[in-house]
Amino acid sequence: MARRAAWLIGAGAAAVVAGLAVAQAPGSAPEPQRAIPNPESGRNYATPETLAIQDDDFQNPAFLWVEEGEQAWNHPTGTAGQSCASCHQDATVSMRGVRARYPAYNAAKGRVVTLEQQVNICRTERMGAPELRVDSRELNAMTSFIGLQSRGMPMNVDISGPARPFFDRGEEFYNTRRGQLDMRCGSCHEDNYGRSLRADLLSQGMSNGFPTYRLKEQRVISLQFRLRGCVNDVRGEPPAMGSEEFTNLEFYLAWRAQGLPVETPSVRR
Amino acid sequence: MAAPIGQPRVRLPSQVKAGEVIEIRTLISHIMETGQRRNQEGQIIPRDIIKSFRCSFEGQPVFSMDLHPAISANPYIAFPFKVERAGNLEFTWTNDAGEERKLTQAIRLAA
Repeated sequence: MARRAAWLIGAGAAAVVAGLAVAQAPGSAPEPQRAIPNPESGRNYATPETLAIQDDDFQNPAFLWVEEGEQAWNHPTGTAGQSCASCHQDATVSMRGVRARYPAYNAAKGRVVTLEQQVNICRTERMGAPELRVDSRELNAMTSFIGLQSRGMPMNVDISGPARPFFDRGEEFYNTRRGQLDMRCGSCHEDNYGRSLRADLLSQGMSNGFPTYRLKEQRVISLQFRLRGCVNDVRGEPPAMGSEEFTNLEFYLAWRAQGLPVETPSVRR
Repeated sequence: MAAPIGQPRVRLPSQVKAGEVIEIRTLISHIMETGQRRNQEGQIIPRDIIKSFRCSFEGQPVFSMDLHPAISANPYIAFPFKVERAGNLEFTWTNDAGEERKLTQAIRLAA
């Protein structure tokens, strides 16, 4: 019930629901409750061998992407002749904490945008450069480099105010059963984490390590690539990467992992 | 058309004493395409791997290995090396097309 009430308020039906909700000021959605109040990072479900790769910045292959991102950061591109550094200067200063608070509401766009989308907004609107393809090596390199600057900082996305309807839509996607297997995200990641799914150990599905070097893919992957894999695994029809559905879901997932330290770039099997 | 061999990374300890055994660690960006996979049209994706890695110290070979298709992308290679004097280590990665990527790194002895 609380979830439905939250959704309705988000949809602009505040007046109708305010009377039903207990001690609820009109217009302010109730504080959402997390199904896992004390989340655990995916590293608690990874094997020691995998963690050995992640915890050694030299051995971690994702740092090849980080280095490419760092080069691209300082490399002017596009018709404006500018690089990322032209505006943002030193990424270790200006990008510190950015990964921890994304996805975030973008007032100019009137919607929540992911870090990937923000990079492309900068490219198209400030640099006169073409968009980088979603989940491409170039874009994952850039987000890995930016994400690294927030490593160790707690995830802290802002779901209040105008961002709330997008959060609610993400929550609805998360809780909707889909695919031939008729499973919701929580069917694995809330009800069964810590148990084996064939040869793998189910994690809580926390997003604090993305972009992550996935040993299976042998490359750095974005969160939405993984989400597409999840929907495929329950034999559903995944939305496109970069779509509104996945963006809202990514926003909800970030809130779900609120407080966990950013581990970008992590290594996962 | 072989994929380009990416930027190599080599790490040596910064402080080395003569007679010490150090671990030399290398990582290189490469797709290591096995030649077993097929594309969407069902055609085999041609094999494209780094097939050999060599390391020499002042022209003298100290380590070499052949790589095979089962080795994962972005190969990480680490090996021990006994330092006797200062000098240059030269690393060479060679792909299937015979293209080489070289990197030279100096070993300096701690004062």
